[in-house]
Amino acid sequence: MCGICGCGSSSKFTPLKPHQNVLQQHSHSHHHDHSHDHDTHGERMIRVEQDILAKNNSYAEQNRKYFQQHGIFALNFVSSPGAGKTTLLVATINALKNTRPIAVIEGDQQTDLDADRIRATGVAALQINTGKACHLDAHDIGHAVQDLKVPDNSLLAIENVGNLVCPSSFDLGEAHKVVVLSVTEGDDKPLKYPDMFHAADLMIINKIDLLPYTNFDVERCIEFAKRINPDIEVLQLSATQEQSLDAWLEWLNQH
Amino acid sequence: MHEISLLESVLEILEAQATQQGFERVKQVVLEIGALSCVEADALRFGFDVVMKNSLAEHAELVIINVAGQGVCPNCQQSVLLETLHDPCHHCGSFGVKVVQGQAMRIKELIVT
Repeated sequence: MCGICGCGSSSKFTPLKPHQNVLQQHSHSHHHDHSHDHDTHGERMIRVEQDILAKNNSYAEQNRKYFQQHGIFALNFVSSPGAGKTTLLVATINALKNTRPIAVIEGDQQTDLDADRIRATGVAALQINTGKACHLDAHDIGHAVQDLKVPDNSLLAIENVGNLVCPSSFDLGEAHKVVVLSVTEGDDKPLKYPDMFHAADLMIINKIDLLPYTNFDVERCIEFAKRINPDIEVLQLSATQEQSLDAWLEWLNQH
Repeated sequence: MHEISLLESVLEILEAQATQQGFERVKQVVLEIGALSCVEADALRFGFDVVMKNSLAEHAELVIINVAGQGVCPNCQQSVLLETLHDPCHHCGSFGVKVVQGQAMRIKELIVT
């Protein structure tokens, strides 16, 4: 049985979830404005008043409690595909792996490529393939933590599916969401994808070594992000060049 | 895409309610969707029939009630109507309005038989 959610499954990494295969079919929803007299058809009204995300949020709270009990510092890395999350994690692991236990959960729709890159550093990694799904959910993470046997007092890096939209809605139980934005994507991304920048506590502007080759305006980007989330912290670095990593490592030490 | 995941969560809640409240079919589902929530009502409508097919809510009617976004300005403390997360306060022009309503997605009520 799963030690976190108690769902009776030892592993749940099936790429497709129930009902997802019906996506291949095409259908239209209908709606009409007239009212019905429901009492005359043996019909009754039931008040539900439940948050649609309640189940995910309940798993997330179980994860958060587990992380607190075991001294695990969990970060949820989110970005568009190709922003440099995995490269940042590899650079971070190489800098910290002799100072604290680290574990990584990788989320992608397909392939083990990212987990292989992490394992090459000597750190344990578990790959979750989400299949058609566009985000990790808290139930995935609870099982991954058990399967990976994340050591107590670890830094747990969860690399979400590359997607600046959907992962913002799904709490995984992390301490912080960290959004990685690379300068080649453009400085207007915070305004274009506000939900993610609203949900994140830290924005890392990556690939700053490429700034001379782009029209990315760092100050404009930060101003846009702070319009949406005045409390968001901001760091600038280049993960490939290991440039300005110190401030990031210091942020990790302080949190 | 995550609208499909959310609709699967809706279906799970319907199935749990059917057991708890003793009904067999769902005729109507009423959702409250906040203007600042991360979903599109049209995408929910598009996916609803697909996800509910072959379930207790097949052919159910979907009703979506839009809930306006509201916030409080950190500068002038006034209540502000928000269409997006980055709208400035329309009283004093400050950014960083704290959201107090409009991010939630809820199942409000059902008509069942």
